[in-house]
Amino acid sequence: MASITMDNLGKVYAGDVRAVTGVSIDIADGEMIVLVGPSGCGKSTLLRMVAGLETITEGTLRIGDRVVNRLEPAERDIAMVFQNYALYPHMTVYNNLAYGLKNRRMARAEIDRRVTEAAEMLQIGAFLDRKPRQLSGGQRQRVAMGRALVREPAAFLFDEPLSNLDAKLRVQMRVEIRQLQKRLATTSLYVTHDQLEALTLADRLVVLNGGRIEQIGTPMEVYARPATTFVAGFIGSPAMNMLPADWLRGVVAADALSHLPTGADLIGLRPEDMSLAPASDGGLTLEARLMLLEPAGAESHLHVKFDGMDEMFVVRLPHVPQVDEGSRLAFSLAREALHPFDAKTGLRL
Amino acid sequence: MQTKRMTFPSSWLPYALLAPQVIVTLIFFIWPASQALYQSFLRQDIFGLRTEFVWFDNFERLLADPLYLNSLKVTAVFSVGTTVLSMSLALLFAVMVNRMIRSRDGYTTFLVWPYAVAPAIAGVLWWFIFNPAIGIAPYVLQGLGYDWNHRSSSTDAMLLVIIAAAWKQISYNFLFFLAGLQSIPQSLLEAAAIDGASRTKRFWTIVFPLLSPVTFFLMVVNVVYAMFDTFGVIHATTEGGPAQATNILVYKVYRDGFVNLNLGSSAAQSVILMAIVVVLTVIQFRFIERRVNY
Amino acid sequence: MVDNNRLGDLLAHLVLILGVAVVVFPVYVAVIASTHPPGTFVRGVMPLLPGPNALENYKTVILEGRSRAGTPPIGGMLWNSFVMAMAITIGKLSISLLSAFAIVYFRFPFRIFFFWLIFLTLMLPVEVRIVPTFQVVADLGMLNSFAGLSIPLIASATATFLFRQFFMTVPEELMEAARVDGAGPMKFFRDILVPLSITNIAALFVIMFIYGWNQYLWPLLITTDPAYYTIVMGIQRMVTGGDSEPLWHLVMATVVLAALPPILVILFMQRLFVKGLTETEK
Repeated sequence: MASITMDNLGKVYAGDVRAVTGVSIDIADGEMIVLVGPSGCGKSTLLRMVAGLETITEGTLRIGDRVVNRLEPAERDIAMVFQNYALYPHMTVYNNLAYGLKNRRMARAEIDRRVTEAAEMLQIGAFLDRKPRQLSGGQRQRVAMGRALVREPAAFLFDEPLSNLDAKLRVQMRVEIRQLQKRLATTSLYVTHDQLEALTLADRLVVLNGGRIEQIGTPMEVYARPATTFVAGFIGSPAMNMLPADWLRGVVAADALSHLPTGADLIGLRPEDMSLAPASDGGLTLEARLMLLEPAGAESHLHVKFDGMDEMFVVRLPHVPQVDEGSRLAFSLAREALHPFDAKTGLRL
Repeated sequence: MQTKRMTFPSSWLPYALLAPQVIVTLIFFIWPASQALYQSFLRQDIFGLRTEFVWFDNFERLLADPLYLNSLKVTAVFSVGTTVLSMSLALLFAVMVNRMIRSRDGYTTFLVWPYAVAPAIAGVLWWFIFNPAIGIAPYVLQGLGYDWNHRSSSTDAMLLVIIAAAWKQISYNFLFFLAGLQSIPQSLLEAAAIDGASRTKRFWTIVFPLLSPVTFFLMVVNVVYAMFDTFGVIHATTEGGPAQATNILVYKVYRDGFVNLNLGSSAAQSVILMAIVVVLTVIQFRFIERRVNY
Repeated sequence: MVDNNRLGDLLAHLVLILGVAVVVFPVYVAVIASTHPPGTFVRGVMPLLPGPNALENYKTVILEGRSRAGTPPIGGMLWNSFVMAMAITIGKLSISLLSAFAIVYFRFPFRIFFFWLIFLTLMLPVEVRIVPTFQVVADLGMLNSFAGLSIPLIASATATFLFRQFFMTVPEELMEAARVDGAGPMKFFRDILVPLSITNIAALFVIMFIYGWNQYLWPLLITTDPAYYTIVMGIQRMVTGGDSEPLWHLVMATVVLAALPPILVILFMQRLFVKGLTETEK
């Protein structure tokens, strides 16, 4: 068990291509940190830098008290779960789990104990003699986890481990990973591009964009107070609506926006923060024309055009309303639901 | 040229791994080839005592030598003959086998094994069959009114070595044609059939054009085979005769180097052969670009 | 496709049966000839049905040879061919695996230069550098030795390219997982890369064994001692050695024995053979 400290980490590839810039994160012992961002944001590169699979060109990385910048992956006391599992296709499940331990010249009995224990924990005991190609996707995923588990490492690194699974299995494995991680209390760094996976798994999540950190925080902090327009657009689904403040001032009462800081020229509004109920005290009302209604069972997404705007915005309701497409609707929202941003810098005000 | 995204960090290991291959290449390929190049500019007197630098004189003599020009012509006839005979038979067999379902593997087995027979042995086998005294082929031909004798007739000798060389190469061509035929999408043929094309028409308008990359590739490979891998066929049977009729370039370079000990000329011939291989290899890679992808 | 062309099918079978007959005929004739006594070949036409002397002929060539024409018993020549073929095959496979591993899994100065150096060997078959190669081998004292028979032939651009191409298809993560598991380069090569390449190795083995066994010009050049004769070149000595007509019954027994091992390899490993052939040339 150990903490991981990233101090100003950066990665510059040959030819001056920057992949990661100035990343500082302190991961506490036993904490689960999720790196999330769109593809190409540097999250996998960062993870691979921690693993030792990419050289660190700037900054310092500590695992526990050791600076590990120059250590081989095997010397960093980490274990990694790969996106496509990376199981050795010619070895049995048992040998896949045992390979890393054998390379460390561990005693046979100890190897056997650890493999059996991990297999039991992951319910793959029945498959130990099989080759990876004889397993289903979910079972392979478990073997890949098992390979990390048997090492009893200081930290687990997960590189989009669920992205090859179908939707149903993904939810199931997500729950299992979280339970396992909590039970073992092993420091973990988890990479995903799926914001829902990030929100549900993380103790704290780190939103990356263009190789830089946009925001670090607990899932609810990041959701409730996105630090930048990028985070606002990336976390939450459907994405936050962005309304120009000038337009908003023209359609609501003069004092309705008085609580917003000066300079706030872009106003974020989550689709789920609007309702069809009449506005309560001090609330705002926005009129719009319904262009498309998407019922989704327990909830519905309304694509609307606000008066005086050409773009479509989304409203998410926790029910499916009985309204016709083309009809005019009035949406109410609380003043607190507005997220003020500076359009130029993208920062929250 | 690609490597893996991540590579092993080591400064000396890759050189050690490459060393055996590179050392063998340098000692037995590059050095001798450069020696041949060097020697092609030299001439030794008959006692091997004095060596003189003669620039392109060896090449000039060679290209003025009727024996060498004859050898060039013989090689061309032999290569074209072997290639055409072997490829057309192989294509015929491949097309026929490709329409079979149950018997496909059986026929394939019977058609592929001559690949295993060494060219020299292929030569001896056909030499035996065409033996003017006891061979079965001359016996049959005599019945048809043709008096076969490859010991005196240049045409007969050339035919003999072409048949022997082509026979061995049928397997190879057959396998590539069969693979090519099997990679043609069935849906194309079905579409053509719906468009009313007969079987023969489908072959010449759809199958044959789609096979053209394979055909071209095989043409190059067969020419290379006929020019360089058939030394055994000639050496074990006609030994270049009668009257130089089957004296192909690789046989001549061997004779001049080892039997006639004319090193300068032999080296010049080597250099010309090298140029030919280089050209053929470049053609093969330029137009086929399958073996190496960057 | 519904295509009931009975006549066409019949014709196809006919063509193929004729084709197979032509392809098989030379070897059939050889097998038949090897079963006859010497007298059969003095006059008339060669026999097409088996004779009574099979056992005797094969015993003669294997154990005695033809001392008069200077050819040793072919038992020894068969052994020499086998040793040469195996040495060439194993040599080619080993150094090509190592080279491809270096080229794909390392980044180092002159990598591309070495790649092209290996590529050059494709353009330099023995036939175009006969005399100087002979001189090198003679200078190194490798005439009349198994080292001389095999080592100069073990460089292989084809095998190196094939392995390189295969290695490029091995998932990146496998090597990364191995590194996280504490495997260094050679351990990864031995424990993971080579076992994964086993089908390719086997396919190339078939092709290269045949290549090695069928070597002709090279042994002809560098062996003068009958103790190092290989079977394929030995046949030529039997055919042309001596003034009279060759002793066909013994020549053909030798031919059969010389052709048999590679033919058996192809027949028993047809699938690997086809894979090896079509993939090395792609």
